[in-house]
Amino acid sequence: MIGTGHYLFLSLALFLIGVVGVVTRRNVIIILMSIELILNAVNINLVAFSRLVGSVEGHVFAIFIITDAAAEAAVGLGIIIAFFRNRETVLADEMDLLKW
Amino acid sequence: MLDRIVFDLFAGLAILSAILVVTRRNVIHSAIFLITALLATAGIFLQLHAEFLFIVQIILYVGGIMVLFVFVIMLVNLDVALHQMQFRRQWWVGLLLAIALGAEATAAIYIGRLGLPGPETAPPASVLEPNTELVGHALFTGYMLPFEIASVLLLVAMIGAVVMAKRRT
Repeated sequence: MIGTGHYLFLSLALFLIGVVGVVTRRNVIIILMSIELILNAVNINLVAFSRLVGSVEGHVFAIFIITDAAAEAAVGLGIIIAFFRNRETVLADEMDLLKW
Repeated sequence: MLDRIVFDLFAGLAILSAILVVTRRNVIHSAIFLITALLATAGIFLQLHAEFLFIVQIILYVGGIMVLFVFVIMLVNLDVALHQMQFRRQWWVGLLLAIALGAEATAAIYIGRLGLPGPETAPPASVLEPNTELVGHALFTGYMLPFEIASVLLLVAMIGAVVMAKRRT
C-alpha cells in the first residue's frame, strides 16, 4: 500500500522539474510545456488528498484545473503564433518590446 | 506489493520523461516526452482510483492539448532556434531557486507527515468505488456554478485564440 507521502513527493519532484524548465529555458513553447507539468503535479496532489479524505471533491477541482490548462494552452499558443509572425523568434529573452 | 511496483514504474517514468522534457534541444522531442509524462500521470490517477480523471487526462491532454502543441511547433520555424543557446545565461540561479524551493517543501512534507495517517490507516479502496458517478453528481449539484463558469472560460479562450492567431488583413 502506498501512502499519501509518496504521492506528495512524486508531485513535488514533477513540480520542481517544471519550475526549472520555466526559469531556465529560452524557448517559449518549452516554457508552456513546463507549465503543463506543474499543473499535472498539482492534480496528483489533489487526487492523493482526495483519496486520503475519502471525498470526491479533489477530482472535481482536478477537472477544473485540466479545463484551465486547455484554455491556457490555446491562448498561449495563439499568442506565440501571433508573436512569431511579427518578430520571427520563439525565444523568451528576445521578447523585449516593453523594455527600454 | 503489486501496488508498489505499479507506483514505482509510473512515478519513475513520469519523473524521467519530465527531466527529458526540460533538457532536450529539439522541441519535438520535448513534446514526445511530455506525452509520456502525461500518460504516466494518467497511470498514477488510475492507481489512485480516479478512473474518470484517467480518461479525461488521456483524451484531453494527450489527445487535445498535445496535438495543439505539435501543430504550433510545426507552424513556427524550428531550424533557427535549434542552433541557438537553449538555456538562459543565469540558468544556475534558477537551479539554485528550485533546489531551495525543493528543500523547503521537503521539510514541510517531512514535518507535516506526522499529521497524516500512515499507509495502514488509509481508507480502503471500496470507499471511493463508484467513482465516475460520484464525480458527476458533485459536478452537477454542488459545483454547478463553477462548472458553468468553466464553460464560459473555455468559450473566452476559444475566441481569444482565434483572434490572436488570425492574420491581420
